Amino acid sequence: MTDTEAPPRKAVATGGRRFAFRADPRLLGLAGVLVVLCLAGQVTRPELFFTESNISTILRLAAAIGVVSVGMTFVIISGGIDLSVGSIVALSSVWLTTLATQSYGPWVMVVCGLAVGLGCGLVNGVLVAYGKVVPFIATLAMYISARGLAERISGRRTQVVADQDFLAFFRGDLLGIPVLIWLFALVFAVGWVVLNRTTFGRRTYAVGGNIEASRLAGINVKRHLALVYGVAGLCCGIAALMVVARTTAGASTNGMFYELDAIAAVVIGGTLLTGGRGSLIGTLIGVLIFTVLSNLFTLNNLDTDIQNIAKGVIIVLAVLLQFRARKARTGP
Amino acid sequence: MSLLSVRGIVKTFPGVRALDGVDLDVEPGEVHCLLGQNGAGKSTLIKVLSGAHRPDAGELTWQGEPVSLGSPVDALRLGIATMYQELDLVPGLSVADNIFLGHERARFGFTRISQARAEAARLMARLGHPGIRPADEVGRLSAAGQQLVSLARALAHDARLLVMDEPTAALAGEEVDNLFRIVGELTADGVSVVYISHRLEELRRIGHRVTVLKDGRTVGTGLDARTTPTADLVALMAGRKVETVFGPRHDGHADRTTPVLEVGALSRAGEFEDVSFTVHAGEVVGIAGLVGSGRSELLETIFGARKADGGTVAVDGKALSPGNVLAAVKAGIGLAPEERKSQGLLLDLPVAHNVTLASLGRYAKFGFTDRAKELEDAGASLRRLDLRPADPRRIVRTLSGGNQQKAVLARWLVRGCRVLLLDEPTRGVDVGARAELYRLIDELAASGVAIMLVSSEIPEVLGLSDRVLVLREGRVLADRPSAGLTEAGVLDVILEGSAA
Repeated sequence: MTDTEAPPRKAVATGGRRFAFRADPRLLGLAGVLVVLCLAGQVTRPELFFTESNISTILRLAAAIGVVSVGMTFVIISGGIDLSVGSIVALSSVWLTTLATQSYGPWVMVVCGLAVGLGCGLVNGVLVAYGKVVPFIATLAMYISARGLAERISGRRTQVVADQDFLAFFRGDLLGIPVLIWLFALVFAVGWVVLNRTTFGRRTYAVGGNIEASRLAGINVKRHLALVYGVAGLCCGIAALMVVARTTAGASTNGMFYELDAIAAVVIGGTLLTGGRGSLIGTLIGVLIFTVLSNLFTLNNLDTDIQNIAKGVIIVLAVLLQFRARKARTGP
Repeated sequence: MSLLSVRGIVKTFPGVRALDGVDLDVEPGEVHCLLGQNGAGKSTLIKVLSGAHRPDAGELTWQGEPVSLGSPVDALRLGIATMYQELDLVPGLSVADNIFLGHERARFGFTRISQARAEAARLMARLGHPGIRPADEVGRLSAAGQQLVSLARALAHDARLLVMDEPTAALAGEEVDNLFRIVGELTADGVSVVYISHRLEELRRIGHRVTVLKDGRTVGTGLDARTTPTADLVALMAGRKVETVFGPRHDGHADRTTPVLEVGALSRAGEFEDVSFTVHAGEVVGIAGLVGSGRSELLETIFGARKADGGTVAVDGKALSPGNVLAAVKAGIGLAPEERKSQGLLLDLPVAHNVTLASLGRYAKFGFTDRAKELEDAGASLRRLDLRPADPRRIVRTLSGGNQQKAVLARWLVRGCRVLLLDEPTRGVDVGARAELYRLIDELAASGVAIMLVSSEIPEVLGLSDRVLVLREGRVLADRPSAGLTEAGVLDVILEGSAA
């Protein structure tokens, strides 16, 4: 009876689209939005926008939130969400700038900032993976308590960085380009390689795409998830260093709303909130779109209220466009 | 010495004793078939063998050494690879990524994409499908394509024991031949296969020995797969003699004077063209045709889930607006879809909620549901369909395939539909439960419901239907009373395209 089911061969092997070009149409559209925003900058403030100092400003502003968004991309591709990134940035920035930490010198400050970030991320990860707490709840708890701890440690005071070596390095230039921008580029490049060229990245997509299949394929799903949140936490630690360098101080108010900005950047970058699909390039463009947008408003002395409205509209438009693009590719 | 020896395995889930003392011996290089009704414990046993479930009691011996499989990694390390029935693939990843998932081709954690793709291409070629390219995204392959990927993945492990859970469920004739050829090659190399299928003819073709499970116990083991009479196997599975599956053919309950469903010149580009027919009250119209002949698409278009490009659908003389499921349901059409798990059921909700889904309005006052009435009516329909256990509070996921299908039928029974569209109603349903579904379909027809039935199994179509439409490449090639048709005759039309 089996031979009654022979479907035409084409039913088995569907279209031959090269996997490598899969994300292109969407990313091109997104890049188009970025180009339009830049053109708008050039048209409204031709004397200022495409100057070296303005571009450097944009990239330095994008650096911290960009690094946080790299971690967020990992978490969202794995099928989760991390609401605590902003609070972890605050806690790391406070911890690495206490008088006690500063007394040990710049290296300890850096290691401390990274360790606090990584530690908080792993706590999130262990809660999600081993404690089976829903990511939204686990990271919501971290969101509240990490900022609380930051306030507790700092006594809600701004902790100015006295260590000149720390400031000199992180605020300095390397080959004519600010160190912050180098760091941003480095984190992004490493993130891309890990996500696209390592088993860790492959498994992140797999766990987000079908967690049961991943488990049955012999992947240690729990450990993997815990590590993914650890990556996000580490990114927050790096971002904390950047924020401290930029503002020359650690404060419990650092990293406010980073979680929302990062999620927005990741989502307009085409990463699905349901997990399993996404790209870091998209996230990068997403971050740049928002930073250029706020730069445009600043240069033109426009109200930040309108800026937020524009942000909201861009998020909705980007997601709607992606939906169309996906539909067009897969057919009705 | 047996490759794998299983003794007294017990596995209990909350409220269910899924395995209650299973014994199994697999010799090197044999194809050992597992038979059993749905719910007999085959899937649970497989999950124990693959390390996905930890047994509560019992012993596993691998090449003479006692082993405990704590996780899928342990099983894979021993050399047990499993091909699951539920297509455990990651849709967003490529074919190559899926094949090597969990054992990626990598050096120092960096994936070696070209090596993985080359190996994947070789595996697909070995399976006779070089057309499925390693870079293709798995989510875009057809069900058969995905099944082949899942098979390639099991092969990629170089296992000593390959567990296959209904590997032919989504495959067509040619692919089945390929699969059997590969199974033959593997066993010649000394690899053992534990093979699960509902199709007895497959056991006859490739099996060496058979173990039969019933209610979580081994009721027969070491039977010869080729010579054990079918009646004996079925008797072991059922624990009783099952009467011939299609009793005496019913004379038909069709009331020729009352057309219920009238389809006129229905077309959808690329799927089917100019399809016209009428189904009367109490009539069962079967559709025979290959996967991809437009059968499912036709049913879904009648139901309004797809929008027709042209043509009409009318129920009781009233035309339905195209592409409108709500209108179709209101007119009294019910659909039991092919993929009942993804398209038909809310797996994590109780049976009662699934059953009343299409008629919720009746159980609500000002938007508040009347839960007592819901449970009562659902319970009544479960008893009528003999769905076991007849507990409306039970979560659908925990039911066997046949009982899940009954839950879908119960939904339309409760709603009280005029037309029932059944797409592969017995897929993944075991022999005993099949007979019950057949009886139910007959009863529904007797009560005046107009039924359309799509099935890949021609004897099923012939046995149940009053009339048969043969569909090929979207066109109706024959529309005849089933009485004069034979399986060979229908096959001829399907394969040759001649309406002779």
